Amino acid sequence: MIPAGFDYRRAATLDEALSLLADGGDEAKLIAGGHSLLPLMKLRLAAPSMLIDIGRLGDLSFVRDGGDHVVVGALTRHRDVEIDQTLRDHVPLLAHVAGQVGDPQVRHRGTIGGSIAHGDPASDLPAACLALGASFKAVGPSGERTIDASDFFLGFLETALGPDEVLTEIIVPKATGAGWSFQKFNRRAQDWAIVGVAAVRGERTGISLINMGPTPVRASATEDALAGGASAAEAAARAAEGLEPPSDLNATPEYRVHLAQVLVRRALEEASAA
Amino acid sequence: MKVSVTVNGVPQEHEVEPRTLLVYYIREVVGLTGTNIGCDTSSCGACTVLVDGESVKSCTMLAVQADGAEITTIEGLAGSDGQMHPMQEAFREKHALQCGYCTPGMVMAAVSLLKEHPHPTEAEVREGLEGNLCRCTGYHNIVEAVLHAASTGSVSA
Ligand SMILES: Cc1cc2nc3c(=O)[nH]c(=O)nc-3n(C[C@H](O)[C@H](O)[C@H](O)COP(=O)(O)OP(=O)(O)OC[C@H]3O[C@@H](n4cnc5c(N)ncnc54)[C@H](O)[C@@H]3O)c2cc1C
Ligand code: FES
Ligand code: FES
Repeated sequence: MIPAGFDYRRAATLDEALSLLADGGDEAKLIAGGHSLLPLMKLRLAAPSMLIDIGRLGDLSFVRDGGDHVVVGALTRHRDVEIDQTLRDHVPLLAHVAGQVGDPQVRHRGTIGGSIAHGDPASDLPAACLALGASFKAVGPSGERTIDASDFFLGFLETALGPDEVLTEIIVPKATGAGWSFQKFNRRAQDWAIVGVAAVRGERTGISLINMGPTPVRASATEDALAGGASAAEAAARAAEGLEPPSDLNATPEYRVHLAQVLVRRALEEASAA
Repeated sequence: MKVSVTVNGVPQEHEVEPRTLLVYYIREVVGLTGTNIGCDTSSCGACTVLVDGESVKSCTMLAVQADGAEITTIEGLAGSDGQMHPMQEAFREKHALQCGYCTPGMVMAAVSLLKEHPHPTEAEVREGLEGNLCRCTGYHNIVEAVLHAASTGSVSA
């Protein structure tokens, strides 16, 4: 399978990427690791006329300790997030989740920024970012802005990023010592989650769900119940409240609701045991 | 668009269409057909090669993205005297192949795995090879081979 033809430009700097994006118009697309975009292009579900390769923007591949938060460059590959010691110490959920994405080959190429910008409700890292209360920095022609993860995922594969913006940083509050859990339910090792849960319980409580709607979502009813003093079992029973999970080859919506309740309960139990 | 890479230590430079996938570049342009295409949809790992020492599914990378990289394929593992790489030796020793279709990708993924985890447990080997499928389901002996190669401690790419 071979993608439709396109022009290819390699950006040497962020500024160059921004001006190529501005010139390229609607049909231009950024490519980071290519591990969401290339499979779509091979199936001809996407056919951009121009690819702007930001894969070499080494300045955007880093993990930095920012005091009460950790900043992760958008071009940081899943493997580098997985093994980073600062993240393991202060945001272990994020490092762990990066290590659960796909398989080692995927983790050697895919980037955290690509995973977030793609906005797939089946992805692991967006859910982790939601649970952790992360925010995203985007740079565009009119400067930079920071978008809260809760305001970022707007619809199926649709995010708050403008077509002329580049996601540059993922800013994650430290959750040192907090309880956490990641539950990924799938049938085969390398598969995407049929349903997944990311949970943090400490100073901040955040519970989010994978594949339970058109976007990565927070389990708000569960979060509210916990804030009101409900037990893990009571709170978990409300995991799917207000959500409309998809139906596909793997699961019916009813089965997904059941999975969400069971997995949220497990996640809350594991996060409280920490 | 021009692509310059080294493949198994040999510099290569070719003009390619940007949409050329790395696996087709390796097989059809460079002419090394040891790297197989199984699924062509990023699932099976048959096309695994090393890019700058790390395992990558070459059906899911553009040749132009690899510009400047060092690529190692299954043909690049054995010594110039024909001496097999310790991982290849371990696969032979432990009978880790049946039809052999998945083998080049398995071996490359295993070499990358041992670079990151020189002394893996059996569970770590199984997880580390999750991106590679064997239709003959010879997983048991493949895992044995990787553990054997790790125990001899002589694997480096
Ligand atoms: C076999 C396989 C299994 C996988 N399994 C999983 C899994 O289990 N869980 C999971 O979460 N993911 C999985 N993935 C997806 C993987 O995580 C991708 O790496 C990730 O979703 C995309 O990152 P990328 O760098 O490859 O992005 P690309 O494919 O390069 O880009 C994806 C999209 O984001 C845009 N984009 C990329 N970077 C930026 C940026 N900095 N600013 C603005 N826009 C940007 C691109 O224009 C494109 O639209 C899998 C992929 C494969 C091939
Ligand atoms: S051919 Fe590349 S993963 Fe199957
Ligand atoms: S040996 Fe036949 S596919 Fe693995």
